[in-house]
Amino acid sequence: MSKLATPQVRTVLYEGPGSAPLDGEERARLLAALLDKGFAVTSLREARELTVRTLDVLMIAGRFTGPAPAFHGTAPVHFCEIGGRDAAAVADAAEALRTEVGAARAGAWKPWFPVIDYRRCTNCMQCLSFCLFDVYGVSAAGKIEVRSQDNCKTECPACSRVCPEVAIMFPKYRHGPINGDQVSQDDIRREVMKVDISALLGGDVYGLLRDRTAKAKSRFSKERDDDRALKERQNCLAKLQKEMDIPMEVIASLPSPDEIRVKAEQAAQRARDARAASEAL
Amino acid sequence: MILYCHCAFAKVVPPEAKQAVLAQLAASGAEFEAVPDLCEMSARRDPRLGELAASGELRIAACYPRAVRGLFEAAGHRLADSAQIFNMRATAPEQLAAELTAGSA
Repeated sequence: MSKLATPQVRTVLYEGPGSAPLDGEERARLLAALLDKGFAVTSLREARELTVRTLDVLMIAGRFTGPAPAFHGTAPVHFCEIGGRDAAAVADAAEALRTEVGAARAGAWKPWFPVIDYRRCTNCMQCLSFCLFDVYGVSAAGKIEVRSQDNCKTECPACSRVCPEVAIMFPKYRHGPINGDQVSQDDIRREVMKVDISALLGGDVYGLLRDRTAKAKSRFSKERDDDRALKERQNCLAKLQKEMDIPMEVIASLPSPDEIRVKAEQAAQRARDARAASEAL
Repeated sequence: MILYCHCAFAKVVPPEAKQAVLAQLAASGAEFEAVPDLCEMSARRDPRLGELAASGELRIAACYPRAVRGLFEAAGHRLADSAQIFNMRATAPEQLAAELTAGSA
């Protein structure tokens, strides 16, 4: 099951009729405590229908002075009296509810994944062809989309570097324009210069890996030296790591060269099919 | 409506910016939505994003506007051009907090 399809606890800080308001400082402390533990907080001054995923759970927190207010929606509702509790204790109560309902632990997955700027994207499918982890897919309308966010390798922005239109963002990346900062003319010129990843590596990366595989196989037959083959592969990929700011963990988790070849061919075929379908529309 | 993103799972937004904006938001008395991480919400395709995108005048404290618009779109909800996005990675916190909460409550 996708890491994203687990229940979430969403908290509501209710300060409307039937619940006494907090002062600004108390409210700020409570907000920070809940957010730091990964809980969303909706601040409300009146009870109303709330839109939540059906698998999620609501915790309504307030200093209740009368009957519980009526909240409408499809999610189960739990009330939490916060009078006499400090911010940490309220956050602990939310944490206990999270455990009780089997909701996702905060920070279990760092939300690192590509975001497509469709105002720039030309649907060229280079990202689909490039990604080895099946993060990208094609919609029924033939449009490139990010389909499996949790397949993406944390801190790896490599696909954004092969996008010729600077259309792929990683909002948590350190530098622009990959972090979503405005795209300058210099950025576009740089991308045009490296549209073909081979320009970075002096040859097609998959071809390079294939060559290495052939050489490694040849050596294996003579020496059966697994350690040496691994070192060769690491040397080959070190350049990729340096040039494209790819974390070593990602390099280490790459499939074998043979698997890469198969995946690259499959991805290229999917990209060709998607382009053909898109042109036929 | 105001949406605040705490960017809880990365260190790209300066903590002092988050603290200042959160304090101002709490003091404003306005209704708001504070989320631990807008990226995570987008990845989960949280329907609350649709509700927020459809709300009249949305003001968002998060990061780069291009990224924020992309996150909404990735979740299937296009932000109106009128939505105002305040970038906590690049704007002075006091200025940002004042603009975010101006006219609220």
